[in-house]
Amino acid sequence: MVENFKKSIVISLWFVFLTFPLMVVRVNTMDQVVVWRWMNILWVALASFVLSYIWRYMLERQQVRKKVADEGAEARSKVALLLEDMTFRYRAMGVLLVAALVFPLVFDTYQSTIMISALIYVVLGLGLNISVGLAGLLDLGYVAFFGVGAYTYALLNHHFGLGFWTILPIGGVFSCLFGVILGFPILRLRGDYLAIVTLGFGMIFKVIMENWDSLSFGPSGIAGIDKPSLFGIDLGIEGSTIYIYYIMIALVIFTILVTNRLKNSRIGRAWIAMREDEIACVAMGIDIARTKLSAYALGAFWAGMVGVLFASKTTFINPASFTFMESAIILSIVVLGGMGSILGVILGAFILILLPEYLRAFSEYRMLAFGAAMVIMMIFRPQGIISNLRQTYEYKSSKEKTNNG
Amino acid sequence: MDYFLELFFGGLTRGSIYALIALGYTMVYGIIQLINFAHGEIYMIGAFVALIVAGVCTIYGMSGISILILAGTIAVIYSCAYGYTLEKVAYRPLRNAPRLSPLISAIGMSIFLQNYVLLAQTPDFLPFPHLIPDFEFMEPVAYIIGSPELVILVTTFVTMILLTLLIKKTKVGKAMRATQQDMDMARLVGVNVDRVISLTFVIGSALAAIGGVLVASYQGQVNFYIGFLAGVKAFTAAVLGGIGSIPGAVLGGLVLGWAESFAAGYISSDYEDVFTFGLLVLILILRPAGILGKARKQKV
Repeated sequence: MVENFKKSIVISLWFVFLTFPLMVVRVNTMDQVVVWRWMNILWVALASFVLSYIWRYMLERQQVRKKVADEGAEARSKVALLLEDMTFRYRAMGVLLVAALVFPLVFDTYQSTIMISALIYVVLGLGLNISVGLAGLLDLGYVAFFGVGAYTYALLNHHFGLGFWTILPIGGVFSCLFGVILGFPILRLRGDYLAIVTLGFGMIFKVIMENWDSLSFGPSGIAGIDKPSLFGIDLGIEGSTIYIYYIMIALVIFTILVTNRLKNSRIGRAWIAMREDEIACVAMGIDIARTKLSAYALGAFWAGMVGVLFASKTTFINPASFTFMESAIILSIVVLGGMGSILGVILGAFILILLPEYLRAFSEYRMLAFGAAMVIMMIFRPQGIISNLRQTYEYKSSKEKTNNG
Repeated sequence: MDYFLELFFGGLTRGSIYALIALGYTMVYGIIQLINFAHGEIYMIGAFVALIVAGVCTIYGMSGISILILAGTIAVIYSCAYGYTLEKVAYRPLRNAPRLSPLISAIGMSIFLQNYVLLAQTPDFLPFPHLIPDFEFMEPVAYIIGSPELVILVTTFVTMILLTLLIKKTKVGKAMRATQQDMDMARLVGVNVDRVISLTFVIGSALAAIGGVLVASYQGQVNFYIGFLAGVKAFTAAVLGGIGSIPGAVLGGLVLGWAESFAAGYISSDYEDVFTFGLLVLILILRPAGILGKARKQKV
């Protein structure tokens, strides 16, 4: 007790020292004034004191849980058990679907717009989940694929007047190709090198879009992109928002269906095997090059499709929408939600996008919280909010089977 | 020819800064095989602390080179403290976790530190006081290489010699080399591995802080985002030279500095970053172990 107290005091003193110049002093070299914000010391001290207690408690709890897991007793939460119940699943899905369908009719356009952006991130998260969650390829430049989709639509629409529905698949395929092209040189790289190279690709994309004026119109971007058309009927702003909302819902459902099927397919299993152990995977006769490229390409595909939709929703795009921060947000969605888990990623997207929208007062702390959450999740709950359920096969003896009917 | 020399020294200056930061990456990677993504942020915090100290000192009436030394020292102390805390909070609990976990934790920490400085200070660029004096003896060659460049080159050169001595000649350096070769074996012969890892972070952070202070006083401005790009480029330098190898990091930094400087000078400055990453991709395809790195065979 006293021990803990002493430790926490030391920790809070340390953090007061650590944050002193940045939190307390603010210099204005122009006007030659120094602002001293002494109150901040108190906040830092208090916060680090309390947090150190929580931190210690969480670490201890994790140790206990690890021990339990080591002893073989499988700890399953109630939520996980509930999710395995198929009837509950179908019912919940039905309720969610109805709620999603009536949403724009009940709430106003503003709410629908927010919802559309959350749904965009759902698709992006599910796409990135393929390469990060399933295949274990950490991609830090994912937003480039999103950008490729958006620019494909914007440019083809601007120069040739092609419509949304024509470009939607083209954007996806284009992104896909881009993924394959980028995938080739980095086939041989391991996890961390791959991360840095993809980060580089993301940045190259942005730099090129900013500077290649004759193609992309530079930093000023492309304006006046057509909204999606419904047999040529003019829907007005409100109508087209609702229309985009429904397209988005359809796209999300399509994504969920496909990624879910992919996950349990031959190729999906190859991805998971590759994530777990690349060498063992090769030894089992899986073509690593093809598996990696397909993970890359299929992940990019969704980003491309949703990029087309993004461009048509905002009707204006410029390179500033495709920064590293965007990639980081998508990555934190996947990490927080649970790598590999489709439901987790969906939940993660809603939490990370909707929460800051509704808590406007705290929105400047958004990225701070994202960063902290990524660290905390990795330490205390690396499997995410909803962990990915491993497909298991139970062996039942024939005798048991007859007993159970 | 003058233009060539100007670019040459510009690249050398830039490259030596990259090398300073790259050393931190390489040392950490050599020991725990982790890309310390937040390393660039440590560099930025070093520059920021130096700016704050220098600002306070200027306002309270100090002047000249004494400010530079004071600001530099405090910046190094703070960066070391941040590096130490960073390792303890974000990486130590993940020592035995799967490889992806500490990497994501590092990215989270990088985002966190950036936004911490953004919120605690300001999102704008702050002017960094002109601390490096103009030497008179540099006057005749000033069109090729200025005084700040000279200070940077001398400082980095001295720092690197000190680092080499530390690693080659002292007991601590021996422990670090042992840990790099085989962590378990080092532990068996009585090396306190945890302390060595902490120390590696502290030394890397100190180097980054020196780089940060030098760059900030050279370029004259600082904001919360400078660490990110510098970090990525320094990492590129580390990979270029062969990650885990200390002379490799220095060589990689210089090569990268020259490549950027010449490409920007002779081709186009808009695409500077594209050249950097293009070089990185090229090196990784042709020689994944880097210029001086040894290819490690993975055994099962």
